Amino acid sequence: MFLSQTDKHLSLWLRLCTLISATILALIIMFLLAESWPLLKHGVLTQFISDESWHPAQRLYNILPMLSATLLSTLGALTLATPLGIASAMFNRYYAPSFLASGYRRIIELMAGIPSVVYGLWGLTTLAPVINLWHPPGVSLLCAILVLAMMILPTIALTADSALGAIPVVFHQTAAALALSRWGTIRHVLLPLAKSSIGAGIMLATGRAIGETMAVLMVAGNVVQQPDSLFDSVRTLTANIALEMAYAMGDHRAALFVSGLALMLMIILLAGLAEINKRSS
Amino acid sequence: MLKNRLATLLIWLSVILISAVFVVLVLDLVRHGWAGLSLAYLVDAPLDAGRGGGIGPIMVSTGLILALTISVAAPLSLATAVFLTEFSSKNSVFSGVIKRSLDVLASVPSIVFGLFGNAFFCVYLGLGFSILSGGLTLACMVLPILIRTFSEGLRAAPDEYRLAAAALGLNRAAALRHFLLPTATPALIAGLMLAIGRAIAETAALIFTSGYVDRMPDSLMDSGRALSIHIYDLSMNVAGGDSHANSAALILISLLFMINTLSSKLAYHWMHKRITCL
Repeated sequence: MFLSQTDKHLSLWLRLCTLISATILALIIMFLLAESWPLLKHGVLTQFISDESWHPAQRLYNILPMLSATLLSTLGALTLATPLGIASAMFNRYYAPSFLASGYRRIIELMAGIPSVVYGLWGLTTLAPVINLWHPPGVSLLCAILVLAMMILPTIALTADSALGAIPVVFHQTAAALALSRWGTIRHVLLPLAKSSIGAGIMLATGRAIGETMAVLMVAGNVVQQPDSLFDSVRTLTANIALEMAYAMGDHRAALFVSGLALMLMIILLAGLAEINKRSS
Repeated sequence: MLKNRLATLLIWLSVILISAVFVVLVLDLVRHGWAGLSLAYLVDAPLDAGRGGGIGPIMVSTGLILALTISVAAPLSLATAVFLTEFSSKNSVFSGVIKRSLDVLASVPSIVFGLFGNAFFCVYLGLGFSILSGGLTLACMVLPILIRTFSEGLRAAPDEYRLAAAALGLNRAAALRHFLLPTATPALIAGLMLAIGRAIAETAALIFTSGYVDRMPDSLMDSGRALSIHIYDLSMNVAGGDSHANSAALILISLLFMINTLSSKLAYHWMHKRITCL
């Protein structure tokens, strides 16, 4: 690449800024490791799953109940949001009359823009009391799943929508020429074509659900326990950090940073999966 | 045939369900929050932990945090985006690594940004709980969004511009200044709007960085409470704060709606211009 003197200077500056941008991720991982070090240096990682319970005052740091709350709420939210999100996308592309499609897409975009703290507020003041009537205490795993599902649905719907929109028109024409029904076309021609992009959207939504803090913190009840039913209160990893960071000192603080590391690990695993998904398509 | 009908039915039902939930959510917010809204609410200081008074200082803190976030993140992102699109080849290892790291950064949970911001800005750099720490933490968070939208904007500028600039003997810096950046401006603004929307909605990353203090901040080194944190605090920690939490939520949503509308208008305008100039 030929560069003039001015361009060489500019290029150098730009490269420096780029380096700074790229360093942030490394800094985050470094600081998470450094702050967790007081606990990690003992080398007994099993303590985070084998301690009797989560009682920082007694130096017991079992994060399993929180980890399972995170995974269960994410799984629940995905089970609800995936079919609904894909149905939304199919509605926009193939079922809606044109005046409805743009309006409905706008609704989904607005849902995507609502801040998590507002979802939390609504879940706490409207949804939780309703669940409480059915089965106390209301603030529960179920409430967290419902609120999370609402939050990740737009991600799945919008990515599936653009994935379906990117399918070349020739596939529609061929399906029509074969006299396939509308559902037959979608099920056997269009969905298989969009599969990997829809999968990427679902992974994005999974990451969002795992990392979500405020909404879950406000509606899940925050009791550290293995839930026996959907109506039990739970505390996720993220909520635990938000609740205890304010007063945590020493090893307790380190334990919270360890849970931060665990979150990062899950996110990086997901990113790896997304990469494999992208390569294989 | 039956399957076809059933699918149509199910899809319409899901769409009706989702729309109904959305409408209920918005109506609830408006119903509970509307009564508390007034001009005085926007400018007054909060009284009695937010049960009374307004959100004046909170709006100021929110504005300061946003301004800081954007003024740090925007130049850095623009430089990175220009480097990635104009000054590095597609297959270079360096830019590959950087893109990968930015992709991961984009999916880091906000609470982890909060942990990092607390450890790095508040403790390590000694900035304490301050608007400065909060703004810098959010700057790290919106960086990947800005870089992505900026890069897309630059990449959308037709290659003819680059060739024409080269044919005129302009160096790359001049080509950027006179052709590429002006062409990409609407996309740059749309990206900024997106980042502002993301930053203004953020709560978890701010709890341990900019803090809870609801007084009017005197400087960037003071702790300042952002609007989203105010909503959280009122609904979780203040008994009887729900109606004011709803009012604050209504204001936050209206701000976001304005930002969202503005950015989609700009994006539309930009697409339109591109189509007519082709």
